[in-house]
Amino acid sequence: MALSYMTPAFIIERDQSRCISCQVCVRQCANDVHVYDIEDDCVYSEDANCVGCHRCVTLCPTHALTVRQNPLEFRPHANWSNQVLRNIYRQAESGGMLLTGMGCDQPYRVYWDHMLLNASQVTNPSIDPMREPMELVTYLGAKPERLELGADGEPIETQLGPQLRLEVPIMFSAMSYGSISFNACESLARASQEAGTFYNTGEGGLHPALYRFGGNTIAQVASGRFGVHLDYLNAVAALEIKIGQGAKPGIGGHLPGEKVTPDISATRMIPVGTDALSPAPHHDIYSIEDLRQLIYALKEATGYEKPVSVKVAAVHNIAPIASGIVRAGADIVAIDGLRGGTGAAPTQVRNNVGIPIELALAAVDQRLRDEGIRHRASLVAAGSIRSSADVVKAIALGADAVYIATAALVSMGCHLCQNCYTGKCNWGIATQDPYLTKRLNPDIGAQRLTNLLRAWSLEIKEMMGGMGVNAIESLRGNRDHLRGVGLNQVELDTLGIRAAGL
Amino acid sequence: MKRIVIHEEHCIGCRLCEVHCLVQHSKSHDIIKAYRRERTELMPRLIVEESGPVSFALQCRQCDEPACLEACISGAMHRDERTGAVVCDESKCVGCWMCIMVCPAGAIRQNTLGTRIASKCDLCYGADVPACVAHCPNGALTYEEVLERNGGEA
Repeated sequence: MALSYMTPAFIIERDQSRCISCQVCVRQCANDVHVYDIEDDCVYSEDANCVGCHRCVTLCPTHALTVRQNPLEFRPHANWSNQVLRNIYRQAESGGMLLTGMGCDQPYRVYWDHMLLNASQVTNPSIDPMREPMELVTYLGAKPERLELGADGEPIETQLGPQLRLEVPIMFSAMSYGSISFNACESLARASQEAGTFYNTGEGGLHPALYRFGGNTIAQVASGRFGVHLDYLNAVAALEIKIGQGAKPGIGGHLPGEKVTPDISATRMIPVGTDALSPAPHHDIYSIEDLRQLIYALKEATGYEKPVSVKVAAVHNIAPIASGIVRAGADIVAIDGLRGGTGAAPTQVRNNVGIPIELALAAVDQRLRDEGIRHRASLVAAGSIRSSADVVKAIALGADAVYIATAALVSMGCHLCQNCYTGKCNWGIATQDPYLTKRLNPDIGAQRLTNLLRAWSLEIKEMMGGMGVNAIESLRGNRDHLRGVGLNQVELDTLGIRAAGL
Repeated sequence: MKRIVIHEEHCIGCRLCEVHCLVQHSKSHDIIKAYRRERTELMPRLIVEESGPVSFALQCRQCDEPACLEACISGAMHRDERTGAVVCDESKCVGCWMCIMVCPAGAIRQNTLGTRIASKCDLCYGADVPACVAHCPNGALTYEEVLERNGGEA
């Protein structure tokens, strides 16, 4: 190939009056951006290699570094944007699919930012969470049709199915060992135990060293069935059948062979160095009836002691799909929206397939209520929950709990450079390189995740108190607490909320 | 006594410990001035050992029965009464390097830049937390009460 037409995406600015040539940046960059020149006793930077992860900027002891977007502009064109042109140049060179990581980065409307929460004024009292109890405990699982009371003061006869008890209505979403490092998995597991919630293994099986966190683990069963065996199913608190993922609906997970180290090979039960390619569909699930068979196969294997979740991507007709899943016997339905993250996905799929979680969640909750089956499964919303306010809005729209993954990774250091698929994560998260995985100390990772959940819990309580609600149960599906701003009538109707001012 | 404990599994080889050790032992205590004006006389008092992905920052282990103290011919190596740390009195050190020969941890180096003295960790002269521990970005060094230690880890 002749000359590359790609120009650097970022410019590294090194303040030479502050740089002490300590070479911390040189040692920290896995993309070989910084190079020490011994003759000049000076560090130079190769801008073209920079992915904008800010590892060097964060660790530079004299704050001598700044990374900026390259101001180089193409001639403005509303239709042919910089990104479109760069994508074409790249593909003309490689002849391959464009790959990317994390969630959709395109400016589709974020409905969370067009919904506002209510608060009590004069006619009803707000509650001070610093002085009064505020309940965030959430139980996930099928709830009974009705209560059967025993005769003459005997105990209640209704049997409750298996439930997950969450101290906060926030769980860590599926990220496999393989897509993320062992230290990242351990951080998530430890934080879940600390905070009284759950993390999800993703489709990569469970490393033996993490079985001790089984009580706070949801084990995924995906189309590739990697790492699925009886001990795995029985070691955990709940199971999840992964049908789809918000970042790449209709596509199976792909883990390149380079990331399949001996440890990952043992956990996934595949040979070292082989690509772990999950089939796009489950080849034994071609209908709701087939899904029911797998749900009950898992329940049978685990003695009906664990709730079974089914995770789907938010796509067109998500409401009837979710209804089918509930009728198939799922105890939990997890829906992952357009902006949900991934370790690797084709860029065009990530950016163009699926629908936003806000609309999907509202549509599903409404459909299940209309059909009178909302109680038969808990709803978990995923796909770019960025803050405690998003959590509160999701619960008011009808979710029982939310899954967070991007936010969790960000708390551990991720800077959303979207290069997870290269395996060169400078923050030690989305990599298996032994030089890089050490950079995430699980003591620190677990502490940061626990802090995040604690901080969000405090904020959720504060917002609930303002609304005059003292239990998260009273907020669930309570769309009267939401008002839309800047939305058209179709959007308001889909979300089932009124416009601000009404 | 309180000693520095190495957590090799968390060391990322960034050498920020070296940078901050050097600044701590500079006259200016200013990172930019220390590197710009004093760099010719200063070297870090710790050693980052690296082999492939494994690395760790090694400082004087502060032995209970320090071989360097026994071997020192000039009485430069002594135990600081206030902090309990084994330190080298630079005014007495004659640069015979016996301490380097006998140190079981290999934690003493020649100061090759300025005066011919043995360069070793002094636990930052009784600071609450030594500079290398305070500035490690990944918790690979901690400062803890360790009851006994001779040579390697207790």
